Amino acid sequence: MSTIINEPRVLPEHSTGFWRDLRRRISITDLGALPVILGLIVIAIVFQIANPNFLSPLNLTNLMLQIAAVGTISVGVVLVLLLGEVDLSVGVVSGLSAAVMAVLNVKSGVPGPIAVVCGLGVGCLIGLIQGTWIAKFRVPSFIVTLAGLLGWQGALLYVLGNTGTVNLRDPFILGIAGTFFPALIGWGIAILFAVLYALFALLERRRRLSAGLAASSRNAIIFRIVLVAVVLFGAMAVLNANRGLPSALVFFIGAILVFDWITRRTVFGRHIYAVGGNAEAARRASINVDGVRIAVFGLASMLAAFGGILAASRLLAVNQSSGSGDLLLNAIAAAVIGGTSLFGGRGTVWSALLGALVIGSISNGMDLLALASPIKFMITGAVLLFAVTVDALARRRREAAGR
Amino acid sequence: MPTAAQPLHTPILQMRGISKRFGAVQALENVNLEVYAGEVVGLVGDNGAGKSTLIKCISGIYQIDDGQIHFEGKPVTMHGPKDAAQLGIRTVYQDLALCDNLDVVGNLFLGREQTHRYLPRVAEPLDETEMEKRAITILGDLSVTLPSVRALIASLSGGQRQSVAIARAVMWNSKLVILDEPTAALGVAQTRQVLELIKRLRSQGLPVIVISHNLADVFEVADRIVVLRLGRNNGNFERKNTTSEQIVAAITGAEFGVEVAA
Repeated sequence: MSTIINEPRVLPEHSTGFWRDLRRRISITDLGALPVILGLIVIAIVFQIANPNFLSPLNLTNLMLQIAAVGTISVGVVLVLLLGEVDLSVGVVSGLSAAVMAVLNVKSGVPGPIAVVCGLGVGCLIGLIQGTWIAKFRVPSFIVTLAGLLGWQGALLYVLGNTGTVNLRDPFILGIAGTFFPALIGWGIAILFAVLYALFALLERRRRLSAGLAASSRNAIIFRIVLVAVVLFGAMAVLNANRGLPSALVFFIGAILVFDWITRRTVFGRHIYAVGGNAEAARRASINVDGVRIAVFGLASMLAAFGGILAASRLLAVNQSSGSGDLLLNAIAAAVIGGTSLFGGRGTVWSALLGALVIGSISNGMDLLALASPIKFMITGAVLLFAVTVDALARRRREAAGR
Repeated sequence: MPTAAQPLHTPILQMRGISKRFGAVQALENVNLEVYAGEVVGLVGDNGAGKSTLIKCISGIYQIDDGQIHFEGKPVTMHGPKDAAQLGIRTVYQDLALCDNLDVVGNLFLGREQTHRYLPRVAEPLDETEMEKRAITILGDLSVTLPSVRALIASLSGGQRQSVAIARAVMWNSKLVILDEPTAALGVAQTRQVLELIKRLRSQGLPVIVISHNLADVFEVADRIVVLRLGRNNGNFERKNTTSEQIVAAITGAEFGVEVAA
């Protein structure tokens, strides 16, 4: 009966050579991250030439400490952007949550761990309230979180009362961002993750092959494993040359790993992408669209709270300007520079790390060069514009090529 | 019943005396429609003839004011799209309801993802291998040609998207598939692709209702053509013994051609 098509053509593409496989991967999936990584390398070279201290272990460790808080907040921003929404309250929520933790601990004598959990809970609750408002009343997230930006700023001032600044002394809270792991533990963690990564990659390949599906060639997987190992061990060598692996970085990367797994490997994550891509299609596929929205706003605010607690722990205090300034804009800019689309459905949690590295490096490098604030702001703005433009052009080319 | 020859067994879907009113507008009046197993029914009519209203009554979006619906010989009442889905009635609307940013596998299994079962429900990881395997089997059975089941919907042609939407509609134990303008806005080759797919559904014994403005397409795939005009039946034609002039006459209500009965 069929004259044109009479046999199934959806055949597994058999793995081809290493280079072809690599080229295919780069042209389809990895192009998103490639321009940012190249940009990072350019930034590193420029600042290293301008100031030889830029790539020193001391400065790189400082850089990691500087980006951990904003990067963690940015992980939540990525989640919200994946929905095609925006959350303008994350900066203030990070400050408010840290203030709740600090006041409970310092003024009310609540033990550190419980105060931290309360701070996270406040963040999560705020997100759930805002998410419910957005999902149920159909008020644009821009407006709801803009109102939140103002309202929670008021709550922050109220919580701090007339003290203004609360200094932290609790060893648990200060330890959150202030711990450095000894070299041996750092190496152990690096080896553990390299082995786990290799194991997962090889197991996945075996599962796919035994199911008769196409899989990356063995060489491509080995290349990826080596790449991951080199990055892991290189980073650990640099960190160990200074004070060791900082706990703030562990929490930041941990948040990325957890949410990368949630977004790419679980039903909930798939539904986040579906709602961001086509909410009506998701609804017709009987996905609980409102539930996904509310949960994502809750998680994003909780990550913001965590970022705020990391910042408070590093700066040893919470004050009236905690969570204000350019924190919010940097968190959103990091997600976007890292390659997450503002229009929903496209991007990964890793863009929080890449974007935070770009913004953090520029800011750190310009501090090393002792540039004045006006110039710093203008350069950061130009980089944001440049990064998003490169991404937009690359995406257009990719779509034109039918990928 | 009118001219069309009837197969001997009971119809999968039997609608009798269906009426639907929106305020002062009588959208459907005493409409009958029967669909048998392994049959493609073309539903045609001018704009406002009631095609979409009838389809929405079948897929549970509208509740009928009067008449009876029998599905697989049993009387049914539908209170919403979920009831229709439960019965195995699937509708592919013109907008297809696909997520452009997900791949073919992701769309086929949207809302029905398969998971590994070794963790609590919220954290269950997706079983991508199993889903991909099933997707390849299903698309292979339907002879759908795609660059890859991992291609994003955004990268597919209109015909390929329509094929994915249809494949998703038939893969979940469906008993009746309704296609709303499946070839609208498609090029010649892509239209051919979709028509071949509809024929393949018929050869697998799945009944299909196709709404279309394109009579050439309807004539190519339909076994029977049901004409609606101003919310009433205006003909039920066996495709083999019918010319397109007759159908056009029934659609427009012109007097020439063969006498038609409701």
